[in-house]
Amino acid sequence: MNDLMSLVDWSRAQFALTAIYHWLFVPLTLGLAVIVGIMETIYYKTRDAKWLGTTKFWMTLFGINFAIGVATGIILEFEFGTNWSNYSWFVGDIFGAPLAVEGIIAFFMESTFIAVMFFGWKKVGPGFHLASTWLTGLGATISAFWILVANSWMQYPVGMKFDPEQMRNVMESFSAVALSPVALNKFFHTVLSGWTLGAVFVIGVSAWFLLKKRNNEMAIRSIKIASWVGLAGIVLTIFTGDGSAKVVSRVQPMKLAAMEGLYHGQCGQSITAFGILNPNKCCTNNENEYLLNISMPKGLSFLATGDPNAFVPGINDLIDGIEITQNGDTVHNVSYADRIALGKQAHEALKAFDTAKKKGDKAAMDIARAAIEKNFQYFGYGYLDSPSEAVPNVPMTFYAFRVMVTLGGYFLLFFVVVLFLVYKKKSILADNKWLQWIAILSIPAVWICSEAGWITAELGRQPWAIEGLMPNKAAISDIPSSSVVLTFFIFAVIFTALLIAELSIMFKQISKRSKENIDNAKI
Amino acid sequence: MTYEFLQQYWWLLISILGALLVFLLFVQGGQTLLFEAGDDMRRTMMVNSLGRKWEFTFTTLVTFGGAFFASFPLFYSTSFGGAYWLWVLILLGFVLQAVSYEFRSKPRNIFGTRTYDIFLLLNGAFGCILLGVAVATFFFGSEFTIEKASLVNSSAPVISQWAPTHGLEAIFCWKNLCLGFVVLFLARTLAAMYFMNNIDDESTFERCRKALLVNGLIFVVLFLVFLGIVLTSDGLQTNPDGTFTSVPFKFFHNYFTMWWVLVILLLGVVLVLYAFARSVWSKHFKYGIWYAGLGTVLVVLTLFWVVGYNATPYYPSLLNPASSLTIYNSSSSYFTLSVMSWVSLFIPFVLAYIIYVWRAMNRKPITPEEMSDDSHKY
Repeated sequence: MNDLMSLVDWSRAQFALTAIYHWLFVPLTLGLAVIVGIMETIYYKTRDAKWLGTTKFWMTLFGINFAIGVATGIILEFEFGTNWSNYSWFVGDIFGAPLAVEGIIAFFMESTFIAVMFFGWKKVGPGFHLASTWLTGLGATISAFWILVANSWMQYPVGMKFDPEQMRNVMESFSAVALSPVALNKFFHTVLSGWTLGAVFVIGVSAWFLLKKRNNEMAIRSIKIASWVGLAGIVLTIFTGDGSAKVVSRVQPMKLAAMEGLYHGQCGQSITAFGILNPNKCCTNNENEYLLNISMPKGLSFLATGDPNAFVPGINDLIDGIEITQNGDTVHNVSYADRIALGKQAHEALKAFDTAKKKGDKAAMDIARAAIEKNFQYFGYGYLDSPSEAVPNVPMTFYAFRVMVTLGGYFLLFFVVVLFLVYKKKSILADNKWLQWIAILSIPAVWICSEAGWITAELGRQPWAIEGLMPNKAAISDIPSSSVVLTFFIFAVIFTALLIAELSIMFKQISKRSKENIDNAKI
Repeated sequence: MTYEFLQQYWWLLISILGALLVFLLFVQGGQTLLFEAGDDMRRTMMVNSLGRKWEFTFTTLVTFGGAFFASFPLFYSTSFGGAYWLWVLILLGFVLQAVSYEFRSKPRNIFGTRTYDIFLLLNGAFGCILLGVAVATFFFGSEFTIEKASLVNSSAPVISQWAPTHGLEAIFCWKNLCLGFVVLFLARTLAAMYFMNNIDDESTFERCRKALLVNGLIFVVLFLVFLGIVLTSDGLQTNPDGTFTSVPFKFFHNYFTMWWVLVILLLGVVLVLYAFARSVWSKHFKYGIWYAGLGTVLVVLTLFWVVGYNATPYYPSLLNPASSLTIYNSSSSYFTLSVMSWVSLFIPFVLAYIIYVWRAMNRKPITPEEMSDDSHKY
């Protein structure tokens, strides 16, 4: 069992490492694609060399970033097989489809048209080139949609049923999988956060140009485009984030409770604006939840349900079986201890089904099938030993959520201020070094914000690979944990080395191109 | 559409993706020729010629994986999680490739151009060999067992178990390695023909013609050896009750039972040999890549068909034949295959725009002048 847990932990660590590295590059691709697309569209309409230069400058940075995003992406797809082979069988019938659609529809679009984007300036007409730039971005966005559909399905498994004959889940409704409320919210929230990140990057780099007094016109031009994209991005990211939280309160209430560090909920539940968690608190003791807590009365009830007086369950409430339904009603459901017992009954019924099938005893198979169906919704709990295993890492989820929300709020203010300055007080933006440094330092902040969002989403759903159906420890491959430790460090070294190279190339390109006259560009 | 039809249809799509992938491995083959370029300008032209195509190979590999996952998830689950080291080493090579084109000639790239070129060499050589090894296990089997009831064994819940070497045993099997080297020398042969087509430079053309002669001959010899091994090997036969029986000369029988597959194999071989011979003998023939490419696709298609069709388990288990995977016992459900079949109607459209863009971009071959002039080159 210890080796099993070590394998689970290292497999998780390897997946998290790959995902975190991958997410350093993907949002910049999504954001820059839109910004570069707008810039090239203006060039297409005006045929003004300065817009060509601006487009080409940001396109160069897009290309450097794109390559390493592709490199980390391939590992992620195949890790479902290499490290989570049980998962791949148990739900492959549902989960594989979005990945295949992503490959057929999105990846080929990206990889075909990016070659035109970079090498086609002299080989194809300007209209064809512009279309290729937009199609590259569209490909990246469609790719994001399908992989987020896949991720959302893990958090909210719908559109399928369990088939004991095959010992796996089979899909019943593709539209339920592709258009679930979790998937749609997550898609818009994630892609729009990519726009925000891309915009902060462009504004931050442009601010460095202003600081150095190089290519000021290009910098101001870029800031204007980026701040509109960024403002649209952050407003819609906050809007869809609110939608996400409401969905989470219904389909993953344990995640919401962990995001708030809430153990015992109440009607008219307040929300913690700033808090320090008590590190000794857990679901099995009665210690205080916070060492320090500044909260807004009734805030969580309102944000989660739209009703300031509604009940929001905490971690212990959920363990005791108290939940809110899809309609917002509070119900006494099955406690986690009972779910574990019922899940184990489902496991025993599945064993009985298998034995009966091998004997060809159809009557026994029917009895076992009925028993499986009765308790299948608790199937995943059958793998747990105690209710506390179903509680995610509360401090990391709590703090990551706060980092994301706080920085998200900051970026809303950031874009409003930058937009005002770039249109009304251009000289302040061009001359004030403090402002320029704030913009530059906002670049790392936006990455922290973006990664914190994913940490909230993914840590908050632990221990589930598929919510309620399969915990991580049942989803793994049968490989020695030492092999996974070794590949973890191989990946860590390679990704880190490539990241350092990427940053070095990126800084050098920015510095080198800043000394050239970007406005004087040729096809 | 019956379930059986959909399962066969999806094996056809997998074989098409696999065949296109093997053709597109000319990029990897080309990467192994970079160190034989002779001078920097020639190497730059070769890198840039490949650099406009590498994403097709990469994307085809990823889509091949995604399509296999969607259509035959039990293979994905068994092979990737079992032959761990084989797949991880393949992936590592492709990670290194993905950054190397973009980074190799950029200022302050930390590791220097030569390091990135070595990455390309590693991906080129080991990518081909290891992908060949992976495909060879379809013929010669792997050391795994599957017991789905393990799913509810809480202390060891994994349904498939693999030999403790986890894929290393497949890499060090000489029969698998034979196909690995066939793929490597095929990729080098195709790459030489690709450069002859895509780079407008007399000295590069002549150098590639010489490389083609050597690599083409090695490829032909290795391919014949591999074909001989396959045609004389025993293979498993799926019985009507789902059990398996070992049958001598199974793949030989498959070629003759499905006579049209044999015709396609011979046609493919003739096309590759024609492309090879004409490119070597004729001083100005530069279209060999298209004949050899089509021939390669046809030959690889037949290899997939003889391992998957005619009651043949495409992923035989050496430890317990009853665990072997067929296109029927490892596929997705009827519903999923139906949905995915609708999605597959996009494939002709995707191929159409790829061909359109390829032609638009290749209208002018790469020249030394372009390399001296281009602002975005690798």
